Amino acid sequence: MIAFAALLERLAFTPSRNMKIALLKEYFSMASDPDRGYALAAMAGTLSFASAKPAMLRALAMERIDPQLFAWSYDYVGDLAETVALIWQADQNESSYAPPTLTEVVETLRDITRTEVPAVITGWLDSSHVSSRYALLKLITGSLRVGASARLAKTALAEMASLTPDEIEEVWHGLEAPYTPLFHWIEGKGPRPDPKDAPVFRPPMLAQPLEGVDLATFTPSEWRAEWKWDGIRVQLVATPDGERVYTRTAEDIGKAFPELLTVMSDIGSQVVLDGELLVIHDDEVAPFAILQQRLNRKAPTAAMLRDYPAGVRLYDILFEDGEDLRSLPFDLRRARLESWFARVQPPRMTLSELIPFSDFSELAVLRENARSEGIEGLMLKKADSLYVPGRPRGPWWKWKREPLTVDAVVMYAQRGHGKRSSFYSDFTFGLWRTVEDRRELVPIGKAYSGFTDEELKFLDKWVRDHTVGRFGPVREIEKNLVLEIAFDAAQYSSRHKSGVALRFPRVSRIRQDKPADEADTLEAFVTAFL
Amino acid sequence: MDWLELKPEGLFCKPGNFYIDPLRPVSRAVITHGHSDHARPYHQHVIGTPETLAIMRLRMGEERAGAHQQALTYGECVTQDDVRLWLAPAGHVLGSAQVVLEYQGQRAVVSGDYKRAADPTCRPFEVVPCDLFVTEATFALPVFRLPDPRHEIAKLLHDVRLFPERTHVVGCYALGKCQRLIALLREEGYHEPLWLHGALLPMCQLYESFGVPLGILNSATVARKEELRGGIVLAPPSAIADRWARRLPEPVVCLTSGWMHIRQRAKARGVELPLVISDHADWDALLDTCQATGASEVWVTHGREDALIHALGQMGIKGRALRLVGYEEEDETSYGEAAA
Repeated sequence: MIAFAALLERLAFTPSRNMKIALLKEYFSMASDPDRGYALAAMAGTLSFASAKPAMLRALAMERIDPQLFAWSYDYVGDLAETVALIWQADQNESSYAPPTLTEVVETLRDITRTEVPAVITGWLDSSHVSSRYALLKLITGSLRVGASARLAKTALAEMASLTPDEIEEVWHGLEAPYTPLFHWIEGKGPRPDPKDAPVFRPPMLAQPLEGVDLATFTPSEWRAEWKWDGIRVQLVATPDGERVYTRTAEDIGKAFPELLTVMSDIGSQVVLDGELLVIHDDEVAPFAILQQRLNRKAPTAAMLRDYPAGVRLYDILFEDGEDLRSLPFDLRRARLESWFARVQPPRMTLSELIPFSDFSELAVLRENARSEGIEGLMLKKADSLYVPGRPRGPWWKWKREPLTVDAVVMYAQRGHGKRSSFYSDFTFGLWRTVEDRRELVPIGKAYSGFTDEELKFLDKWVRDHTVGRFGPVREIEKNLVLEIAFDAAQYSSRHKSGVALRFPRVSRIRQDKPADEADTLEAFVTAFL
Repeated sequence: MDWLELKPEGLFCKPGNFYIDPLRPVSRAVITHGHSDHARPYHQHVIGTPETLAIMRLRMGEERAGAHQQALTYGECVTQDDVRLWLAPAGHVLGSAQVVLEYQGQRAVVSGDYKRAADPTCRPFEVVPCDLFVTEATFALPVFRLPDPRHEIAKLLHDVRLFPERTHVVGCYALGKCQRLIALLREEGYHEPLWLHGALLPMCQLYESFGVPLGILNSATVARKEELRGGIVLAPPSAIADRWARRLPEPVVCLTSGWMHIRQRAKARGVELPLVISDHADWDALLDTCQATGASEVWVTHGREDALIHALGQMGIKGRALRLVGYEEEDETSYGEAAA
């Protein structure tokens, strides 16, 4: 537990991806089995045991500490598990016992009954130091935030064995904690784990943005065009061992979309399909914000299932009845997809239509006029392209429509992280609105990308020279600089004071030429984009 | 105890006609230690340890450090009118002292800032039995049970070994924390040259002149960027994540402070490697010390006085909050940066 706790602590404060990978590699090579496998499971969120409720932790702490002192401390720290970890006074007799290993914690919690939990936890807290107590309490309350995604942990494992992360992904979902065969394979002590009939994830093929490419050099007849739908790219898998819904980063989101699992199980077909997850109302694709609400829930309510039904627009087929189709050219896979679809007629699924065209200028017009909900732009796929995992340059292009823009005023700034920790690089910007005859700025979003290094230097200096107030790490600045903000879509949002939110906002230009008074109004924004 | 009273200028000893760590210029001042919230300029007559007086002269210049300075070594007594006064080590920074006052058979100890943890750069805190003990309460919450500083140094050195291509920049106050950090690193076997921000060097030289060895210290400000790679750079907390730090190759931002014990504090500062090293007494040390003095009454100058007074009450000790405004929390804005 000590090494795991130290790893968690370091990861939590490290913004750099490369450093996180280095820390993970160090841990995975130093820790023993099955500890490291349970650590990996904790990061991937695949551990399961009866978790403890916060009320129980509080009650345990109260047995040892004055309630008033506890209340002041909790008020100061603001996090229950952290407060208990810090405040815990070990029973002197117990503290001489060896602290529990991660394996002991995981396996004990899996096997004991709920009534035994408090006594077991008390013993562990007594024999552990503060950082282990913190990790332990976060783990058992099910609120462990690792500061490293499952994908990052797999990347670290892959690097240890000169594999690609995708090679780990292909076996991952056939394995379970504590992943001992995986570690043996990584260290060259065992064979590659065979997923057999497990519904494993297949790394998807991704497209490059269409930049620095001259479409005039392309032969239209060699290309296929589809709409680029604004949902979540998913992989649907059905094998004899079960059904899964994966995101393109291998996250299993089936529980959030049980209606899709039902369909996959009902169709009785063994397939791996590639498509876009969308909420579809009467054949209309709902805005991304609606899908977001479904994604935010681990399990949907009955009302959500009724009001926001999920569907999948199919792009591709990877496997059919055990046959790997990935080495077939796009046109042949498409034919297989269409014939499978016609034969099975799966509910909740639709085919992504191929858009006929004879030259690219036709497509350009379509792309610019595509302002309907749910369309982000176009996809161009080479007719003979094989299904290659990763993001190869050449066979597939995404041709997004031009971003929307708004002229907003910078209101607050905050320093970035890692390499940007000395630069004010996170900007909150707002639009004008009139309340009781008074004009005021109301924040509509934050941007921390889109600028060049030179522009960042300018913005950093501007912030420092025009600060009018400080709130902890946040600087309020003179409302005098206009930024042109590019964004992909606008939506209503109850989380923001302005009532609106932007998708993927970034700084597209610094408008020093524009007086702040002439920045856009919230009213005009709503009229134009909502 | 009615011969010590609180005035707008600070804590005042009526029969001796002097203040302790006054917040405004006064005619007679006894200074516990050199941090700028306790040692302020323009007093007429200043009493302090030779180290504290030297620190004051370094930081504010001869003219501002008191028109007349009177040095008092630890244990040396002076009688001021009917008050007997002497200084005892407080273990906070070099020269830091508790002010012991005896009058009409009663003894009061004004401890200033203090700590009980080991510090190779200053004399350890000595418990002086007394009737009234005046204490700080910077870390007076039971969540502040601070770890052994050697553990924190080991954490830093492990990280330096793990990421040899990066530069560890450690934020620390110019007076006290910086020299203690250096001495702890040397104790743990790190004898490479350390790279210092210009604001830290003069105080280190002063420590060395008082016989505290610190090893090889180089200026980070004039160093070539590549020289710093893999090394440890010390800088005031305000510089570690600001423009000054852009001269460092791939910095790992570290900060030494008792506040680093709380995750949110470390997160909010953008610190990558929080090092929990404090020059203040933690919760256990505060309670132990108050009890060990045998004082029946404890006055709390600044900090989390509510929690400390509550806990003292349960131990049968009467507490009183002075709420002295002007003594700062151990934080970035305060005493680290004034070093000239």
